[in-house]
Amino acid sequence: MKYQSQAVAKPYFVAAIGLFVAQILFGLIMGLQYVIGDFLFPEIPFNVARMVHTNLLIVWILFGFMGAAYYLVPEESECELFSPKLALLMFWIFLAAGALTILGYLLVPYAALAELTGNSLLPTMGREFLEQPTITKIGIVIVALAFLFNIGMTVLKGRKTVITLVLLLGLTGLAVFFLFSFFNPDNLVKDKFYWWWVVHLWVEGVWELILGAILAFVLIKTTGVDREVIEKWLYVIIALALITGIIGTGHHYYWIGTPDYWQWWGSIFSAMEPLPFFMMTVFAFNMVNQRRRNHPNQAAVLWALGTAVMAFLGAGVWGFLHTLSPVNYYTHGTQITAAHGHMAFYGAYAMVVLTIISYAMPMLNGRTAANSGKSQVVEMWSFWLMTVSMVFITLFLTGAGVLQTYMQRYTDNPQPFMVVQGRLELFYWMREVAGLVFLVGAVLYIISFFVGGEEPEQA
Amino acid sequence: MKNLNRPELNKSSPSGPPLESTRGGPHIENSRDAIHVKHSPSESSDERTYPPGDVALWIFILAELLVFGVFFSAYAFTRASNVELFNTCQRTLDTNSALINTLALITSSYFVMRAVAAIREDKSQQCFQWLLAALLMGFVFLVVKSGEYLHHYDAGINLRTNLFYMFYLSLTFFHFMHVILGMVILTAVAIKATKGGYSAAEHTGVESGASYWHMVDIVWLVLFPLVYIMH
Repeated sequence: MKYQSQAVAKPYFVAAIGLFVAQILFGLIMGLQYVIGDFLFPEIPFNVARMVHTNLLIVWILFGFMGAAYYLVPEESECELFSPKLALLMFWIFLAAGALTILGYLLVPYAALAELTGNSLLPTMGREFLEQPTITKIGIVIVALAFLFNIGMTVLKGRKTVITLVLLLGLTGLAVFFLFSFFNPDNLVKDKFYWWWVVHLWVEGVWELILGAILAFVLIKTTGVDREVIEKWLYVIIALALITGIIGTGHHYYWIGTPDYWQWWGSIFSAMEPLPFFMMTVFAFNMVNQRRRNHPNQAAVLWALGTAVMAFLGAGVWGFLHTLSPVNYYTHGTQITAAHGHMAFYGAYAMVVLTIISYAMPMLNGRTAANSGKSQVVEMWSFWLMTVSMVFITLFLTGAGVLQTYMQRYTDNPQPFMVVQGRLELFYWMREVAGLVFLVGAVLYIISFFVGGEEPEQA
Repeated sequence: MKNLNRPELNKSSPSGPPLESTRGGPHIENSRDAIHVKHSPSESSDERTYPPGDVALWIFILAELLVFGVFFSAYAFTRASNVELFNTCQRTLDTNSALINTLALITSSYFVMRAVAAIREDKSQQCFQWLLAALLMGFVFLVVKSGEYLHHYDAGINLRTNLFYMFYLSLTFFHFMHVILGMVILTAVAIKATKGGYSAAEHTGVESGASYWHMVDIVWLVLFPLVYIMH
């Protein structure tokens, strides 16, 4: 660790991992509810488990992004963080707001929560993924602005690099597009239209910049390849990600009452969205092949390469699978979407956060560069267990989705939704088992940081 | 794989022998260097590696061409089942404006080529002037095309009018944005050139900018006959 203030990243990373495990647990509860409908009813109904599962995902990824920024920006800018105290204060505010919101979901009926938090003053609740009470949303904006201010001031006073520039652009976009969660038009078409400006323009727009910046940082550090080379690739990747991703929003505008031309725009541009992810894969492997040293933290390198591959598969390939409008006509909102969602979020955003934690945590714990060889072996096991089980979760859900699409929509004798769900039971059971393996992988990831031993030699 | 980063390796060794190693790192480009040696020294200032410019940018160019290619195919297939509609609407387009724009872009490509030739002879100021001339032609394109758009706007034509206009407006506007992006790139290159940032030995940036501009030009050369002329 080169700068003292980088240490504020640690609580962010710890919270991220804690919430990650909670997210997996709620995923397992929900997975079981797919086959045992009244499991944990009425304490945790399916809709609540789903809300907690998806909200926890967003919150822990945000914790991870913030931790990553607090860790890498001082090192890139070559100066201490503008205000470590502000960073810590925001950590506690964000954690408290997040915990209270989740408790609210679990303890109070959703309508009561809305009433309790004064939703009628500025109604923003009740929309998928943006279920947070208005007051929590305001809290998120305050935390995001304070965070941007802190990071922005650090970047301004220090060395400016392409990585910090791209990261800052991504983080600013993240904050700006979240503001659309306060825009809640009565017209249902407009409501959905702008809802995607948060959801899509986050994950298929500005978050890709953050992903690119974090991945580039870890690759520079672990491969020793010239900054110039990596920065050039970063430019090309983010340019392509923005060109395809922004107009690609159109692939959500097929069936919500928007004009016809979105069928074409959405299909053509979103079909190109795999390209930047593919370039990211080529780029990551290229950098590692050209490495000028063997970094002692090989687990972090594995995570970085894994991110590049899985992001391409999950976001790129599985996204393309159902992005063309004639295909989406049949697959819309089936388990195909769930399959894509799982592998894309894991492969792109969960993995990049696990990558930066894997890289930074040994230093944050006072080591020179890496955990012991033994610890890294455990961590690599966790990598493979989580990644392979996520591949299986995705394949099982894809199988379920294909059957669902056929039986419910494509065949000459379409079956009702619940009848089809009953026929998919086997797939859901297999997904649940894969989910348990995933949990084992996540626990091993945590354990790996507590395995002691000597640091491997720097090669 | 390793070739992908060739230009950077060059940059990192700018102090190498002036005639040989300015294009091509010592480890990776052995075979290419071997070819270089065969030429007489007087020719080697004209040495060209392929492709010109930065390889990362070429991958970007290929990706862009792929997007346009898909768009063109979509146009062609849709036209096949709506021939009459497409033919009727096509006649409302202003072919003269499009022809002026075609000439403007071809001329600008020529100017950009002269800019590359100038920097290969170490003439930074001439390179800058040629780039300026190319930018002027790009500006002509933007003005003429905007005039066309204004005309359509007055006629009440928009993306929802019919399939033909949807394609026509989408395709030309997407290209229009690329002309702007190309001009931004050429401006950046021109500014660096006038500051003496390029030389006969190292001018990857000029070649990259020129390659991107030629891509913008070539896309128009397909778009013009496809959308304006072919019946």
